[in-house]
Amino acid sequence: MRIEGKEQIWKEYQKEIPNDDFFYVRSCIRQNLFPASEVIFLKILREELSKTIYETPHHTTCGGIGYHSDIVPIETVMTIIARQFALMTEAGFENYACSCITSFGLYSEIIETWNHFPELLEKTRKSLKEATGREFNIPKHLAHASDVIYKVRNEIAEKAKYKLINKHTGKPLKVVEHIGCHYSKMFPNKGIGGAEYPYVLTGMVEAWGGEIVDYPERRHCCGFGFRQYLVQANRGYSLANTHKKFESMEPFEPDMIITNCPGCPFFLDRWQYVIAETEGKCYGAKGQGIPVFTYEEVAGMVLGYDPWDLGLQVHQIAVEPLLDKIGIPYNPETKYQGLNGKDLGKPELPKNICSC
Amino acid sequence: MKTLYEQLAKDVRFQEGMNACINCGTCTAICPAAEFYDYDPRRVVDLVQSKNEVEIEKLLREDTIWLCGECMSCVTRCPRKNAPGLIIMAMRSLSQDLGYFTDSEKGRQQLALKRTIGKMILDTGYCLYRRWVTPEAHPEGGPIWKWTFDNVDALYERLGCNLDGEGNGVLRKIPQEDLDELKRIFEVTGGMDRYEKIENYSAKKAEEMGLSMDEYITQSVLGKQ
Ligand code: SF4
Ligand code: SF4
Repeated sequence: MRIEGKEQIWKEYQKEIPNDDFFYVRSCIRQNLFPASEVIFLKILREELSKTIYETPHHTTCGGIGYHSDIVPIETVMTIIARQFALMTEAGFENYACSCITSFGLYSEIIETWNHFPELLEKTRKSLKEATGREFNIPKHLAHASDVIYKVRNEIAEKAKYKLINKHTGKPLKVVEHIGCHYSKMFPNKGIGGAEYPYVLTGMVEAWGGEIVDYPERRHCCGFGFRQYLVQANRGYSLANTHKKFESMEPFEPDMIITNCPGCPFFLDRWQYVIAETEGKCYGAKGQGIPVFTYEEVAGMVLGYDPWDLGLQVHQIAVEPLLDKIGIPYNPETKYQGLNGKDLGKPELPKNICSC
Repeated sequence: MKTLYEQLAKDVRFQEGMNACINCGTCTAICPAAEFYDYDPRRVVDLVQSKNEVEIEKLLREDTIWLCGECMSCVTRCPRKNAPGLIIMAMRSLSQDLGYFTDSEKGRQQLALKRTIGKMILDTGYCLYRRWVTPEAHPEGGPIWKWTFDNVDALYERLGCNLDGEGNGVLRKIPQEDLDELKRIFEVTGGMDRYEKIENYSAKKAEEMGLSMDEYITQSVLGKQ
């Protein structure tokens, strides 16, 4: 009986994720900061798992970063989002997958607002028609791209060449996960595990052999804060909040970090570099940092893709110590090359944090 | 003439986010902004629910409302289902509508945001455009950011992207017809109006302060030099 009760409660923290047929919308931030991640996402779903993922060149930003910088009004983002939904409707899809947590949070907020205020939905329909001549349906299912990877995590595990296991000790790697505030803090029922039991990345890590670190500041913001990072004078906010997370996770000696949001991995990666360069403090072993990954990168790693095809060379915190722990081969000579071995020079080495 | 409270109450985010606050302080306890700044979302919500016009006007003119990071951590935790983050968003909108935002140093940063993020959205269809995010403005990006910036074409090609290219793919060029639709949406829904208000109120303030627009932006973005 007790187990049934628990299962019942856990059901409330689940969401329905379709198995196939997605209209895919890219993330401005992910494309700019981790350019290979969306390439890998599509490759895994289309080539490895034969899923239908439709994309169109005609969608734009959702306006989310402008909205949360308060320069774009809510009526405007509602209508931009309505236009994205119109593109989905015109393409004949009902399942919408977006690649950004800010977008996902905003889509959830706008759909919820339309539910509570049907007159705003009508107004949005009119505005969209007036501005573009388009009409739209609200998606039947809204998924973040990580929800889709979560859904197929066991299929990926079956095809995996590597596991998130330390090959020297045989033990699972200790993994910190960060789902990003806008995935489920506003609408816990829209994310797997809600805000309380973040499970979208945990499910992947467990399926792929790793072990999650449950540290005190696990749910704390990475510190993006929109205007708090975007405006130089405010950037200490971002650094201070990342610092708080690292101080909290440090005693647990994590091997790696996996992230959901396209911005969080940038902050968790780069602020480690800044803390090392300014304070001389490194959070990993032997003067190294703790490498930070997108979920697409981790999926690609376990599937055995070349680390430099995954874009791991754009990280500031070196990934090689982690690749060595798992036993993933890599060629240091090709790390900084372009197509056909084109020499792109090498980045300067940081002073304090170990770079491979 | 509507009171400030009545104007706030028209905002759908205010309607969603403002219920009776019991002043428990839970929002402040978990707030990343309160961690860093002298900022207290509990106080903001309590002042607003008091409907004290003088206090609300002060808030709309002060730095305080610009200190929130809009992470919405408070929403998960509030026992009364308030959303201090949404209340702040409604206040920021009103502060910009009325021009009060230029009275505070943090509020004046809106012009820089409009001229960077706002410009990228309309000109490129992306809220961030790789070629315009320079290593000089982002020293925290480290040597890797500089290397990727310097080699952006060759590197993104090697990673399978389609930087500024036709058709689908990572960082494709968004077709002009779509940018035109986006701009039309801004015109029809008040987005352009917001941009103009930010520009006009900022220009007025810069004049009052005896600053050129460049000096005004530099001061707000880097702090007083
Ligand atoms: S949304 Fe603003 S007030 Fe709420 S927790 Fe985040 S920073 Fe604090
Ligand atoms: S958590 Fe909610 S009830 Fe408590 S002080 Fe904050 S807004 Fe008020």
